[in-house]
Amino acid sequence: MSHHHEHAPIGGRLITLPFLFLSALALIAVVLLVERFMYGLGAVTNLNDGFPWGIWVVYDIVVGTGFACGGYVLALTVYIANKGKYHPLVRPALLASLFGYSLGGLGAIVDMGRYWNFYQMFNPAQQNFNSVMLEVGLCVAAYSIVLFIEFLPVIFEKFRADEWKKKLEKILFIFIAIGVLLPTMHQSSLGSLLIAMGGKVHPLWQSAYLMPVLAITTAMMLGFSIVIFEGSMATVGLRQPSETHLHRGLIKVIRALLVLFFIVRLGDLLYRGVLGAAFSGTLQGNMFLLEMVLFLIPLVVLSSANLVRQGRFLLIAAVSLLLAGALYRFNAFLIGFDPGAGYIYFPSVKELLVSIGIVAIEILGYLFFVKMFPVLPKAHAHA
Amino acid sequence: MNNNELQQVAERLGVSRRTFMKFCTGVAATLGLSAGAGVQMAHAIANPRRPAVIWLSAQECTGCTESLLRANHPSLEHLILDLVSLDYHETLSVPAGHAAEEAKQHSMKENWGKYVLVVDGSIPMKDGGIYCKVAGKPIVDHVREAAEGAAAIISIGSCAAWGGVPSAGPNPTEATPVDKVLTDKTVVNIPGCPPNPYNFLSTVLHLVTFGTLPELDHLNRPKFAYGRLIHENCERRPHFDAGRFALEFGDEGHKQGFCLYKLGCKGPETYANCPAVEFGDVGGGAWPVGVGHPCFGCTEQGVGFEKGIHQLADVITVTPPTTFPGIAEPVGQGVTPGAAALLGAVGGAVLGATAVAVKQLGKAEASEQSDNDSQS
Amino acid sequence: MNRRDFLKVAGSGALIATTSGAAEARGNLPVPDNAVGMLYDSTLCIGCRACVYKCKEVNDMPNVVRDGEVQWDQAEELSGDTLNIIKAYKQGTGETKNSAVDGFAFIKRNCMHCVDAGCVSVCPVSAMQKDPETGIVSHNPDACIGCRYCVAACPYNVPKYEYDEAFGQIQKCQLCNQKGVERINKGLNPGCVEVCPTGANIFGTREELLQEAKRRLALKPGEDYTYPLERVGSTYGHVKAAPDYTQHIFGEHEGGGTQVMVIAGMEHTKLGLPDLPERSYASVSETVQHTIYGGMLAPAGLLAGLLYFARRSCKETDKEGEDEV
Repeated sequence: MSHHHEHAPIGGRLITLPFLFLSALALIAVVLLVERFMYGLGAVTNLNDGFPWGIWVVYDIVVGTGFACGGYVLALTVYIANKGKYHPLVRPALLASLFGYSLGGLGAIVDMGRYWNFYQMFNPAQQNFNSVMLEVGLCVAAYSIVLFIEFLPVIFEKFRADEWKKKLEKILFIFIAIGVLLPTMHQSSLGSLLIAMGGKVHPLWQSAYLMPVLAITTAMMLGFSIVIFEGSMATVGLRQPSETHLHRGLIKVIRALLVLFFIVRLGDLLYRGVLGAAFSGTLQGNMFLLEMVLFLIPLVVLSSANLVRQGRFLLIAAVSLLLAGALYRFNAFLIGFDPGAGYIYFPSVKELLVSIGIVAIEILGYLFFVKMFPVLPKAHAHA
Repeated sequence: MNNNELQQVAERLGVSRRTFMKFCTGVAATLGLSAGAGVQMAHAIANPRRPAVIWLSAQECTGCTESLLRANHPSLEHLILDLVSLDYHETLSVPAGHAAEEAKQHSMKENWGKYVLVVDGSIPMKDGGIYCKVAGKPIVDHVREAAEGAAAIISIGSCAAWGGVPSAGPNPTEATPVDKVLTDKTVVNIPGCPPNPYNFLSTVLHLVTFGTLPELDHLNRPKFAYGRLIHENCERRPHFDAGRFALEFGDEGHKQGFCLYKLGCKGPETYANCPAVEFGDVGGGAWPVGVGHPCFGCTEQGVGFEKGIHQLADVITVTPPTTFPGIAEPVGQGVTPGAAALLGAVGGAVLGATAVAVKQLGKAEASEQSDNDSQS
Repeated sequence: MNRRDFLKVAGSGALIATTSGAAEARGNLPVPDNAVGMLYDSTLCIGCRACVYKCKEVNDMPNVVRDGEVQWDQAEELSGDTLNIIKAYKQGTGETKNSAVDGFAFIKRNCMHCVDAGCVSVCPVSAMQKDPETGIVSHNPDACIGCRYCVAACPYNVPKYEYDEAFGQIQKCQLCNQKGVERINKGLNPGCVEVCPTGANIFGTREELLQEAKRRLALKPGEDYTYPLERVGSTYGHVKAAPDYTQHIFGEHEGGGTQVMVIAGMEHTKLGLPDLPERSYASVSETVQHTIYGGMLAPAGLLAGLLYFARRSCKETDKEGEDEV
């Protein structure tokens, strides 16, 4: 099997109706961000003294970068585990990751209360290496750059800068290695962020020492699921050839991750004796059950030889897993977060519109690049 | 009764009719009654049948009487002498010795069941009450005797109300408040050392006008006068709230008029209208705290004469936490219909897109399948 | 690379991670030598809020006004404008002080100046600092990036961000020793202590405050006790009958101990103080973090392995690519 694939822009009209709709959403977000910078976070968000982190942190960064783990898991599969057949999936995944991370980083800046001091993260005199946040911040910033470098060949290809491309490809393995290391670090640390919050995080999600394991496992599962999701959506939405045959190859590893996740997650809850809280009928308990169901659906689908043959069931499993992973993180950071006293939080309309706008920008960017740049594999004649 | 009679009463009192009406209205206001009650009161006072008052003095210092003498709009002695018929008062009675005692007995007999008994001073109960005798009889016997035919009994001053100075440890005479001696009767307490004359006067006038006692609190003090904490109406209260305190007499804070709480002011646990009515009718903050001495709690049972003068008061706040933030005050914005709708729309879009994709993938696969089948 | 190789890489990373971590595990931080703090005795507090007023004056903070016109401070919670607040517990008729049933009690909320402070541990840019001498937890807005991790990691919800300002900052009680105020350095007491009329809130070293708290808890209810104002051993004091103390000094052990401690006539949870384990969350977090990243050995080992395999697969791909061409 050849490892070498040709990529090509898929072309077609850029300005379509969905494109305009997404642009409108993006524009709304931009206007709201102007308001945020002029009048402060309180003008746009429902953040308060008990809930310092709302959906901008939890969705745009914690969940968003999880969704952007496609590039990470494929780099791991293709370059570290040397499964070259998945190479066609790499570029679109990298592109999605690049957008996921850079917009996650942008989200972080927007959410930062004192963004003009951002540089202090890189000031050795101020860095606090006890802080999980420092590691996450530095890793995310570094990884965004690495993702860009990993994506550079696409741009060189587009502008026919072959010399540059060759030079870069010689040393690309360094960036690929770093590009695997960094997400391993910060995706696990996204879980570690919760440890210091201690009792404010509901016992169903406060796994302390196991937080990094659960976080990296969900990151990988999210990464694989998003690859399947994007592939399926490209097939349907952009009339690309089906990649189901490739996706099928990922099932084994997803299943293994799911089993590992269930063992660690439930084992931890049983060990700490807090599983009873799941059946307490509270919002948190019910959300936990929903989360478990969403994790269970892909496990069932992927364990059925009959179902995995069909791309649509693969997609259902992937979407369920995406929702499960996202819900796990939402639960741990927001729904299961209780600062005590009388604090409540629910995102405001404006806050939601900004997050929606950021997703819109991601999709817009993705469409722009796959139409104009050689990202997706060249369609075979029969498609 | 007509206006002419009112005019006569005013003349008798040596004041203008207008001043007299003002006084009555003022008393009505003190009692928390309407201005109309002032007119009623004026008529009651003008009634030629003045109520008889028997005033007994036990272990006392005459401070209560002195205080009453210093009321002057119009002067209280006029009122005591001309509006009520003060038939017996050791200090103020014209007759003395047997004549005075006889006048008392006569008045009691004549007004049996209708007179007002006023007692100042505490009642010594030790050794059969021999430590205070009048006319060769322990005062306790006089009090019991007079109480039998009284329409109302008023304990005036902290001694009569709670025991006061004579009852302070070690209480050698077993000084006892009047209501502990007359346990089967309602005794109105007008505590204070001395009490504010207007609190007494208003109570008497209420009785004279309406034939009933004013509303009393759980210690039988008239609520109109003892219903509020001194602390709540104190002119130095803002200093308390701001944490500005005098620490010593004559220090900078004391000169500045700061709060006297740290000097032992009992205002926060003492109920009385001193800051509102003041003393001596001179205005300008003429009451203990106003002139720079901490309140010592004379109107409060168990505070004045019992607590150390410079001991810190317990601050009583009536059902206190109403104006304090609770332990868990609600903070933050919950779910709004707009946000819920938006979130629902996003969820719907995701699920809808997935459903469409699933359907189309199924179709595509089916056609691929049939293609493959036809090829093979 | 086959699966065995892959597992080897992962395994070596994990091995380095666990071995390097054992040495890094840390327990609670020790109490600083000259740790200072405050002791709040809920039973003495009369709810006058002089401390709230003084705090605003010292820290130059505006009144919190709700619903428009009212002219006095109506703060209901700690916020960017309120670093110290008196709250009231009330149950039933709310008549009896210190009684959990049909009673009331006051609680003063402000920074607890934790011995092992979560906010200090989690701040990525060291904007939260614990003074090595006094243990006062201070904040440096010039370094702060406003990530608000300190808010999330504080078990008491103390640091507050000013959400309503375009250039908001984190605000918290710094025991009146921040730059420009420095009351502790000048030998003064914190503002809230200075004005407290009943000595419900006193200042001192953590050691002497702990001893004072223990003395008070040992009192029989009704026994007369001379309560000092402002500091332990102060010349100003007042005699008062001891209440029925709940035998618990909040802050002696909670979350590794705090320098601001609370005693009361009822359970601390009734007064809104959380139940916390003796081990600080910060120490757990740092143990996990340093177990994984101690000396960066594990990441370095992992990177070495990743570089090796990435290079190998890239070369193979190149070769095959050339073959094809």
